[in-house]
Order: sequence, then structure tokens, then C-alpha cells
Amino acid sequence: MSEQTENAQHIVGPKVYVLILFALIVGTLATVGASFVEMGVWNPVVALAIATGKAMLVVLFFMHVKYSTKLTKLTIASGLFIFLGLITMTMADYISRAWGRW
Amino acid sequence: MSDSSAIENSVAVEAHHEHPPYQRHHFESVAQQFDATNFAMWLFLLTEVMFFGGLFTAYLVMRNWYYPAFVVGSHQLSIFWGTLNTLALICSSFTMAMSVWCAQTRRKSGLVLCLTLTFVLGLVFLGIKGIEWHEKWVKHHVPGLRYSVEAFVNPASDPEVFAEYHDKPLAPDMAVKTEQYFFLYFAMTGMHALHMVIGIGILAFMIFRARAGDYTSGHVTFVENFGLYWHFVDIIWIYLFALLYLISRHQ
Repeated sequence: MSEQTENAQHIVGPKVYVLILFALIVGTLATVGASFVEMGVWNPVVALAIATGKAMLVVLFFMHVKYSTKLTKLTIASGLFIFLGLITMTMADYISRAWGRW
Repeated sequence: MSDSSAIENSVAVEAHHEHPPYQRHHFESVAQQFDATNFAMWLFLLTEVMFFGGLFTAYLVMRNWYYPAFVVGSHQLSIFWGTLNTLALICSSFTMAMSVWCAQTRRKSGLVLCLTLTFVLGLVFLGIKGIEWHEKWVKHHVPGLRYSVEAFVNPASDPEVFAEYHDKPLAPDMAVKTEQYFFLYFAMTGMHALHMVIGIGILAFMIFRARAGDYTSGHVTFVENFGLYWHFVDIIWIYLFALLYLISRHQ
């Protein structure tokens, strides 16, 4: 009993972690670089897309969600779905209240 | 009374299955305990998402209302310090992930080292944040306490920022809205920093216990779940960095 690792789950090794660290550093430099490029309305879009990409890497690998149970995956997905739904509904409300300010 | 409790006790003794000391008795197995606590940790993190989500939504609405004020407000932030801080936090997430691996593979000295590095990088982040906040204080950009719109109605009065962005002066009624930007800046980075302070406190406790070998005897739940918290705080910063520092540079 004492010999087995506590969770019989997948152990993510240093190789994956180093790769993700590298990708996150590249992502950070890319998003800073992109902020120096004039893209008009696309600047926020690119910045948020890169941020979301980085967040996905952290969630999937550093937080082991790629290897976690279906229950955990479903919980996270439903939580994010509700979060995005709340933001969408809030913004829909604000946008439709103050015409001309948006 | 005595008979029935004696029977109950004997039943309880028979039902008592063998398990390692770190497994709570009400769990069937260590794996079940791990899944249950992991699930609970994620539920907590989702409440945290909602909590920060309120701040992010406020930022989104106000940035659209007072767009010119938010753009020039954002120009006051240093990309250099922001990038350095992002890198520090990403590296601390890496060392935290390595801590989990060390705990899983029972490397005690490696675990202590990785936790200590995470602790130090967390302090580096807060130190840099302190430098940035101090600059805001010096430049009268602390809403409510020490605030002046001088840099926004007369951009040339702030030569360093003016040389980089050449902002046009704002009308006084828009210039006062820069205070909203700095209010959200302090609320969001402050709330994030509070999470860092709490995390650093728990890290100190974990380093202490890791040195005693508490996490390298098969019981990794605490390290794993604290790791989730630490990575979550990292993700919040990734978005704060993009929204507060980066997206308004060209507007």
C-alpha cells in the first residue's frame, strides 16, 4: 500500500513542463511584440487570443486537466460556459441601454 | 444501551478497512479521496472565476464608456515591468508544477527546492508590483487618496510617457474618468496580489512541512490542489497583463 503513489493518475513529467514553460515564454514575448504592431481593432483581439492560448496550456498541462476525470472536465467546462454566458448577457444589457456610447 | 453500543462497536471495528494514515476514513480509497478533493478544489476555483469575472466585466463596460480615458490611463503602465512580472509568474507556475512532480515521485529535496523557488518568484512578483504601485503614488495616480488629472489634461507635463505615446490632451470631463481606470487597475492588481500573498503564506507552510517529509510519502493531494490555486492566480495575471497593459498601446 505504501509503495503505490497516492493517485493512480497520470504523472506529468518534467519534459512536458519544460515544453509548456517554453511555449508560455514565447507566448508572452509574442503578445508583447504584437502590442507594438499597429492593428487597430485587432490589437485587443490578438492579445486576448494569445492570453487564452496561454491559459489553455496552463489549464491542460500545469493543472493536469488533460489527464483528469470526465467529472472535472465537465465541471470546468460548465463553469466557464456560465461565466461567458453571464458576461454576454451583461454586455447585451449595457449595449442595448446606451445607444451611441458603444 | 450497553448491549446495542457494544454490537455497533464490534460492527464498526469489522468495517474498519486498512488504509494509509493520510486517507480519511470516510473515503473508500485514496484515489476516491483524491478525486473528491480535486473536484472540490475546482469548484472553489470556479467561484474565484466568477469573483474576478465581476471585475473583468466592470473593466470591459467602463473601458467602452470612457475609452479615451482608459487608453491614456493604460499608457501610464510600464510594459517592461509588466513583461518581467509575467515572466516571473510563469516561471513560478513552472516550479510549482515541478513541485507536484517531485511530490508524486517522492523527491524530498527536489520538492523543497521547487517550493522555495516558487516562494521566491512569488516575492519577486510582489516586489515588482510594489515598484509599480509606488510609481503611481509618486505620480499622483492613486484614486481617492492622491490623484491628479494633470498628466491627462496636459500630457506634456509627463515628458517620459508623452515622448512615447504623444497623447492628445483630454477634455476635463473625460480626464476625470482616468480615475476610474486607476480604480480598476488597483482593484484588479490588488485583488490578484492579495491572492499571491495568501499563496506565499501557504507556500511557507508547505516548505516547512515538505522538509519534514510530509508530502513525499505518497500523499500529494495538498501539493496538487495548492498547485491548482497557484496556476489559477497565474492565469488571472495573464489576462490582467493583456487587458491593463497591452491592448491600448496604439489607440
